[in-house]
Amino acid sequence: MPKSRQLAADIPHENTKAISFYESSARTRVELLVDAGSFSEFIGPEMREVSPHLKIFDLPEQFDDGIVVGSGRLDSAPIFIAAQEGRFMGGAFGEVHGAKLTGLLRAARDIKSMPVVILFDTGGVRLQEANAGELAIAEIMRAVMEARTAGVKVIGLIGGRSGCYGGGGLIAGCCSALVASEQGRIAVSGPEVIETNRGVEEFDSRDRALVWRTMGGKHRRLLGGAEAFTEDTVRDFRDAAVQLLGSTPDFSLQTLHAEQSRLEERLQRFGACLDATDIWIAEGVPDALNVPAMPADQFVVLADKVRRIRRDAR
Amino acid sequence: MEDLHFHHTARERAGGSRKMAIVGVVASGNLEVLVERMLADDECQVEIKTAAVGFGELWNAVVADFVERYAPGGLKFSVNDGGARPDTVSLRLAQAVRLMQEAG
Repeated sequence: MPKSRQLAADIPHENTKAISFYESSARTRVELLVDAGSFSEFIGPEMREVSPHLKIFDLPEQFDDGIVVGSGRLDSAPIFIAAQEGRFMGGAFGEVHGAKLTGLLRAARDIKSMPVVILFDTGGVRLQEANAGELAIAEIMRAVMEARTAGVKVIGLIGGRSGCYGGGGLIAGCCSALVASEQGRIAVSGPEVIETNRGVEEFDSRDRALVWRTMGGKHRRLLGGAEAFTEDTVRDFRDAAVQLLGSTPDFSLQTLHAEQSRLEERLQRFGACLDATDIWIAEGVPDALNVPAMPADQFVVLADKVRRIRRDAR
Repeated sequence: MEDLHFHHTARERAGGSRKMAIVGVVASGNLEVLVERMLADDECQVEIKTAAVGFGELWNAVVADFVERYAPGGLKFSVNDGGARPDTVSLRLAQAVRLMQEAG
């Protein structure tokens, strides 16, 4: 190994401890998440595989169409990795963007031995590419399930500024396991969409506290939608991904049956609750009203006590 | 959208051995710069696609100043711009040159 590469390899390890996942770009997240110097990109920006649609709308393109895909090593083991850039068009799924993720998942399905880590940061389908984007979501969901059926674990990491909404929320629901930080909102319809369609009395999108406690990482963790909650650093996300890759059970038809029962039971128990806090109280979370203000480390301890990861479902 | 092309003669070859680097994202007030080592040692090209139409003269000045300061010979810069201010453009171009000096 040349000396300069050795140095470069040593520096990120120290830095990742403090670097915010939320504030980082997709490229920085990938570089700092995998073992230093191990990332190799597929269809990189120099290939200029840009969106064929944005030009029609007189909108700027990005050379990677807002997603970085490739392979690398995580804790020495080879993985496939994809990261959405939430700042480019809200991380939305367009035709090329989606095809890159579909291709990665299909490669994982065929190779079988390499898990996939997806760093979601998306508002859903890119409106300018509506039909192509919707198709991309469907293809990706199918590719996730095919990969899982072939024995591949697909782990989603959610902690970016665009959260994980729309079709991204659906794809996340198909994953083997999810890691979320407090900023990592997961839902299908976003706050503004709900308010527009159902009125402000149904959901006040300007009430940020409401948004965070309804869709944020803490609630998803307590509800069982996310298997792990983490501090907002790339290093913590990395550690959580390594842990989940080790602990997530294999996938089978039984898993799906168990997930179905889990969701039915959830609806039965909490269907009448009007607010996330009602759910936490019904779930027996101690000091439920203080959950939103609780520091991450204390919350992790609380969540591990309240909600053991259901090994038999998802 | 507006396409702009600039071609300059650089004082010297840009340092480093890296073939390609990318910096920035395309967002409002931001831009991405893809830089590739693919020209003769005294040449420099900058190709810009910008969402802000009618700022050609400003780009011309920013690029000329950049080439004068950094002597990025041999490099081709491809810019996707989401309406960044001139200081942000200068910063990203400088970051791109800096990245090319790192180990490939």
